[in-house]
Amino acid sequence: MQRDNRRLDVLLLAALVCFVLLPWYHIRGGFFGLGWVADWRSDPDLWPGIAQLSRFWLWPLPILAGAAVALRLLCPAGRPRGTLLLTIGALGLAWMIVEGLSIGLRGWNWSLLEAMFGDVNGQPAFGAGAVGLGLCFAGMIAFGLAERGALKGDAFVIGAITLLVFLVTVFVLYPLVSMFTGAFQDFRGAFTTEGVRNNIGDPQVWSLRCVTGSGGCGVAWRTLLLAVCTATGTTALGLAFALVATRTGMPFKKGLRLLTVLPIITPPFVIGLSLILMFGRAGFMTELIEDVTGWQLGRWLYGLTGIWIAQMLSFTPIAFLVLIGVVEGVSPSMEEASQTMRAGRWRTFRKVSLPLMAPGLANAFLIGFIESMADFGNPLVLGGSGGVLSTEIFFAVVGAQHDPARAAVLAMILLCFTLSAFLAQRLWLGRRSFATLSGKGDGGRHAHLPRRVAVPVIAVVAGWSVFTISVYGMIMFGGFVRVWGLDHSLTLAHFERAFSISVTDGIAWTGVAWNSFWTTMKIALIAAPLTAAVGLLTAWLIVRQRFPGRTAFEFALMLSFAIPGTVIGISYISAFNLPPLQMTGTALILIFCFVFRNMPVGVRGGVAAMAQLDKSLDEASMTLGASSPRTLRKVILPLLRPAILAALVYSFVRAITSISAVIFLVSAKYNMATAYIVGLVENGEYGVAIAYSTVLIVVMISVIGVFQLLVGERRLRRGPGNARKAAARRTEEVPA
Amino acid sequence: MNGHKRGAVSFHRVRKDFGSFTAIHDLDLEIEPGELVTLLGPSGCGKTTTLRMLAGLESPSSGEIHIGGQDVTRLPANRRDVSMVFQSYALFPHMSVAQNVAYGLESGGTKPRQAMSMAEKGLDLVGLAGMADRLPSELSGGQQQRVAVARALVLEPQVLLLDEPLSNLDARLRRRVRTEIRDLQQRLGFTAVYVTHDQEEALAVSDRIVVMQGGRIAQQGTPRELYETPASEFIADFIGEANVIDCVVEAVANGSARIAVGNLRQEMVARGATPGPAKLAVRANAIRLLPGPGALSGRVLSAAYLGDHMEYEVETENVRLFVIAPEDDRTLSRGDPVSLEFRPRGLALIA
Ligand SMILES: Nc1ncnc2c1ncn2[C@@H]1O[C@H](COP(=O)(O)OP(=O)(O)O)[C@@H](O)[C@H]1O
Ligand SMILES: [Mg+2]
Repeated sequence: MQRDNRRLDVLLLAALVCFVLLPWYHIRGGFFGLGWVADWRSDPDLWPGIAQLSRFWLWPLPILAGAAVALRLLCPAGRPRGTLLLTIGALGLAWMIVEGLSIGLRGWNWSLLEAMFGDVNGQPAFGAGAVGLGLCFAGMIAFGLAERGALKGDAFVIGAITLLVFLVTVFVLYPLVSMFTGAFQDFRGAFTTEGVRNNIGDPQVWSLRCVTGSGGCGVAWRTLLLAVCTATGTTALGLAFALVATRTGMPFKKGLRLLTVLPIITPPFVIGLSLILMFGRAGFMTELIEDVTGWQLGRWLYGLTGIWIAQMLSFTPIAFLVLIGVVEGVSPSMEEASQTMRAGRWRTFRKVSLPLMAPGLANAFLIGFIESMADFGNPLVLGGSGGVLSTEIFFAVVGAQHDPARAAVLAMILLCFTLSAFLAQRLWLGRRSFATLSGKGDGGRHAHLPRRVAVPVIAVVAGWSVFTISVYGMIMFGGFVRVWGLDHSLTLAHFERAFSISVTDGIAWTGVAWNSFWTTMKIALIAAPLTAAVGLLTAWLIVRQRFPGRTAFEFALMLSFAIPGTVIGISYISAFNLPPLQMTGTALILIFCFVFRNMPVGVRGGVAAMAQLDKSLDEASMTLGASSPRTLRKVILPLLRPAILAALVYSFVRAITSISAVIFLVSAKYNMATAYIVGLVENGEYGVAIAYSTVLIVVMISVIGVFQLLVGERRLRRGPGNARKAAARRTEEVPA
Repeated sequence: MNGHKRGAVSFHRVRKDFGSFTAIHDLDLEIEPGELVTLLGPSGCGKTTTLRMLAGLESPSSGEIHIGGQDVTRLPANRRDVSMVFQSYALFPHMSVAQNVAYGLESGGTKPRQAMSMAEKGLDLVGLAGMADRLPSELSGGQQQRVAVARALVLEPQVLLLDEPLSNLDARLRRRVRTEIRDLQQRLGFTAVYVTHDQEEALAVSDRIVVMQGGRIAQQGTPRELYETPASEFIADFIGEANVIDCVVEAVANGSARIAVGNLRQEMVARGATPGPAKLAVRANAIRLLPGPGALSGRVLSAAYLGDHMEYEVETENVRLFVIAPEDDRTLSRGDPVSLEFRPRGLALIA
């Protein structure tokens, strides 16, 4: 058919450009810098694929592409051509994967292959041309499927699915696999189990001596203990907050909800930093207590206790956010029904409300557990000698010991913990939600808490709120103090050092922070729209399209939510440091990292938003003759505007605050704000670190504020606003 | 395309499975051009599924669907020459009424300016000329419904599909809008497939009614055929609330049959009946109740006053009958002994 041919023409043309014009191999200076254009004549490494054919293993690619062109010219669109196209695309892609993984910079990657086929010259990593051609082969798979009539021949939907599967494979699965195999290789690439054997049973990881009282426990147990404590604590506190916010007459309830924004805008180590300023050796609370009581407090903050307090402060708002939905989701009519059956408030709470909330509580617990396991910033600042898995992984890579196998083993242990928790949450809790939200507006009001619960709960919440506020106050204050603990005179020196500008001849960004600040902003600005696009496209496919493997696809995506940032960081290094894909040290790897790390949240948001859009809207559009891209563009996207903005803001903010994965991927050229601040902390420059964090928080609050203004604008339901507008329009129509 | 068959629809052995559940069993159905066919049946019998397969929103598991002589079984919804009015209307909330109506035209490549003027004409057709710039949320339910109809009609599709188009309207409006839809269809002469579970609505608008039950066609025919010669107890009950009771056909002569229910003898149109035991459908409004005992005696179990008529439940010979009686001064009450008589026009023998 006409359109089958048209899109195939475009694809084949793109394949031609990739093979004949674009440089086939990776360029050190970066492809997008275009620095290579000047000297491509003299350097054969810069030549396109067609000039690289002295490497015999590239021969199948032009042959397959040529076959596709011949197919286009000789064969009409239809099922047979679809099958052939699918085969060509699959073969091409498979061959590129095989040759890319087999032949590295110095020849064969595996000694087995070398023994079989003899020596070959090495090849650099894939460049623009190779990656482009690979995508074209993926496109042939998609168009082939479409011509065979899959999914009613909707090439757009099939193309989108293919692209997403391709991306998720390259940027989520491949890194994990490559980290795993990396653990079994020595530094020359030969297979060995030595590193794994040494580490997997390492007493430093698994020792249980603290139970018998003869020394410290292994890092795995410590991490587990910390995660359980944090999860328990945050769930309890989160529930207390949620109950206070919905079921008491306490004033300032609205303010409590602001609390939920805090963990989003706070770079993860800032809490730890602030705790140091309060309770560290030179902290003012420490001095106060020591002066009053005469005790020597020492370094109690450094270690699990300190990390636990920091995590409680960091993650309680998340538990609150989860549980407020749960607490509100318990339909008031259940409680009212119980009360009409002669149950008092206490009995109602204990026998009806709490059991209905139980699955939600378990959910909050598991989220706290995963967050604690994945936390990197707080342990890094507060860990001292007793670290947790995520920091141990980091030190195994960057520290003096440089032991990639150890890092990989520890990463796998960490991954096992978080994935088990995640699977438990999905499989065990998935169906057990009693939340009774119907969207119908049940009417009725939530019963207030019985007094004997309300009083202690309010006391705890008030106390914790004061603590949280003082911690954040410390962040704001700490940036203005000359030397913490020694000289408390106020100064702007830290801000000056970080953000000074000189205007003698033109503007010079002389502050030490500017470099990483602008890099962060640029990368966050590039990553945010990509994240939102990929996330919402995925959500649309999951919610609105029926394709084989959809549930598995959705599940794999959500699984990536449970991969700790540290693991992502280390797996990205092991995957993208050497051919066939080489990206370490570039901005690209940071961008991809953010996109695929934050995408699950975009997907969730998109799925939730789309679930509220009646499916008949899409169907109406289709029966009115619109194609699926047109439906997406004209109907779905405009209606999803709030969700799109939310995804944009969220991914922007997350790109600014994240540290765990980023710290592995930054380079001198592309340093990110958080990594830079951690460096400052390690040098003991608390003042500048805090000043920089303050600026980041202010930037993010402004971004979120602007976002709120944008979203609050338009309403589509009948509401007072619209009624007024409509009335105004009607009066305008009447001639005066 | 087969020009002279424009507007014809045919289902050929169409089957639809959802997992292991078969929603539609080998459906065969022919629809003539210009006909208004109603799919009628209780909730869950597969009406919507049938309609959605015709629209291209659902693919049949096997079988073929033809529209206008062309096989469309594998065509996606946006390439079929049909349009649909959704139960929820599915008006795009972010577009004005005119933009909604012009949307399909623009999807088909009509220039925006021309699409707008055609949209205005379409709105004129359904009597909403002044409302072009409103948002759907600023219209009443009935107006929204008419926008949905206009939006489907401006495309001049071969077939218009309507899925319970009136179910979101109140009773009074429903009557008016269904007349409007029927008028439009007869004036413009398009083929329409109309889904409803309301037998009165089906009787009022259709050229032909297809009654479905459990994913199969139970019976099809003109409204009068279905009402007067129901093929089964299910049809008799579903169309026009009939009581189905046992009777004996005693004799058939000259197209007229004599039947006996208990001691009551009654003459009625035979329509191919043969002597022997049979089932008799008795319309609720074809039963006359007289006070005191008679040939067929019974007792009033319940009585309800509904303004212009009374509804009774009466027990006789161990069967319960539902009776609709005009409100007159001989009002009966619970426990009263009564005798029953049948009006011949409200009787039908079930094959
Ligand atoms: N997407 C689906 N998945 C599974 N079962 C379905 C689906 N859609 C409809 N069904 C089932 O098919 C049967 C017919 O449904 P439907 O055509 O909607 O009935 P109705 O006659 O009320 O419009 C019902 O039993 C329904 O449960
Ligand atoms: Mg239905």
